[in-house]
Amino acid sequence: SGAGGGNDIQWCFSQVKGAVDDDVAEADIISTVEFNHSGELLATGDKGGRVVIFQQEQENKTQSHSRGEYNVYSTFQSHEPEFDYLKSLEIEEKINKIRWLPQKNAAQFLLSTNDKTIKLWKISERDKRPEGYNLKEEDGRYRDPTTVTTLRVPVFRPMDLMVEASPRRIFANAHTYHINSISINSDYETYLSADDLRINLWHLEITDRSFNIVDIKPANMEELTEVITAAEFHPNSCNTFVYSSSKGTIRLCDMRASALCDRHSKLFEEPEDPSNRSFFSEIISSISDVKFSHSGRYMMTRDYLSVKIWDLNMENRPVETYQVHEYLRSKLCSLYENDCIFDKFECCWNGSDSIVMTGSYNNFFRMFDRNTKRDITLEASRENNKPRTVLKPRKVCASGKRKKDEISVDSLDFNKKILHTAWHPKENIIAVATTNNLYIFQDKMN
Amino acid sequence: QEMDDKVISPEKVEEAKLKARYPHLGQKPGGSDFLRKRLQKGQKYFDSGDYNMAKAKMKNKQLPTAAPDKTEVTGDHIPTPQDLPQRKPSLVASKLAG
Repeated sequence: SGAGGGNDIQWCFSQVKGAVDDDVAEADIISTVEFNHSGELLATGDKGGRVVIFQQEQENKTQSHSRGEYNVYSTFQSHEPEFDYLKSLEIEEKINKIRWLPQKNAAQFLLSTNDKTIKLWKISERDKRPEGYNLKEEDGRYRDPTTVTTLRVPVFRPMDLMVEASPRRIFANAHTYHINSISINSDYETYLSADDLRINLWHLEITDRSFNIVDIKPANMEELTEVITAAEFHPNSCNTFVYSSSKGTIRLCDMRASALCDRHSKLFEEPEDPSNRSFFSEIISSISDVKFSHSGRYMMTRDYLSVKIWDLNMENRPVETYQVHEYLRSKLCSLYENDCIFDKFECCWNGSDSIVMTGSYNNFFRMFDRNTKRDITLEASRENNKPRTVLKPRKVCASGKRKKDEISVDSLDFNKKILHTAWHPKENIIAVATTNNLYIFQDKMN
Repeated sequence: QEMDDKVISPEKVEEAKLKARYPHLGQKPGGSDFLRKRLQKGQKYFDSGDYNMAKAKMKNKQLPTAAPDKTEVTGDHIPTPQDLPQRKPSLVASKLAG
């Protein structure tokens, strides 16, 4: 692996959001990060059920050395903690996923979900207000109608921009198990939600009905061997979706084939050498994220140690495999004991599908250039992060003599995980979430 | 991945370590146990019958209470509303917006 991976993009620190102190409140743990379709807006969700949306400021023609900064645009409480008394079940307010709808009018819409309930939020701007009512004072108090002697026409006057978020639809009571994914269909009318055992199809306008399209719950729960870990609609074919499992398989389903898509159209699975099988094999093969390429020709999966690219036309093995942190293979025992082996890392594509990115431990994140086959490891840290200074590549020393500037595997901080990353749909701007901070990096503009 | 036949894979070394520490670890590798645990996330048990009967019987006696750090409320002690973890929404704004 060489430096300069990422098509020779030179990544520079741009901004960091969040508290500096090490004492992290649980509510502040970031649980999802997502750019909207234009890249102008960047949304985050956290364990406390809150959503924060940042907006990129318009490019300043005089400051040609950097693109616009992201500033807070709106923030709201999306979900609240609940208790299901019937099942004695505590329902966390943690936002598992946010997905943006494409913009149709002046307002922006996004779906946010916790373990049980999906909500459609409308984010709209108000920059003018009506003034000069006949029956109301400016402060809102009603006037005595008998005191009104003349009539005037109220007019709209400009006011300071106000951004309002309001819940427009609440999609509840359709999931017995915990929702791990939501995905908007390319028809922009329907979306799917997936939990551990079932996938449901919704219409964005209809909240009292949802169609079950996948059900892998066994008749006898003792026979349970695998769960659904992620699901996504194809970016162009509105009848196609995929879902991944805890056993490392991906199933592609076609909704035209039948109402209940329990029988897959394609099954993607890499054959495993049975002599290599260990207690850990199944756990580390569990897929934590699946993402279609923008082109729709490929899909990417993330398992514990690697990122794999699959060609939708080839089911028997991935076309590309990238090792994220292979040095952890000889640490699996401790990673099982401290539960890190169950960490769910996400992955993402750049806008042109030429580079993929995913997170690791010690606040490291990795990028793999599919064309040059070069990769790079970078760190999200407040130290040594000066704007417009190119980030220094990091290297982990697996064994043997540690070179200068390398970090040994045993020195890695496994509490500093980068699970969520996002890539701007058009530009080389990335958002990387550490436990409670959001970093924004950009490529160096000359 | 080429593996020298004479060398045991690092994964198998790690597996041996784990089995040495936990000899009764489930037969099925990975397996249904941890899957079922995943599906049961969030389950909190409170027996209101036990609680009310105990309250009625032992009006003036000292009720055995939970240790302050106990997170699961079942079985052999009398749960009180104070023992159940408080589930309140965060009233504080996210620090990302600050």
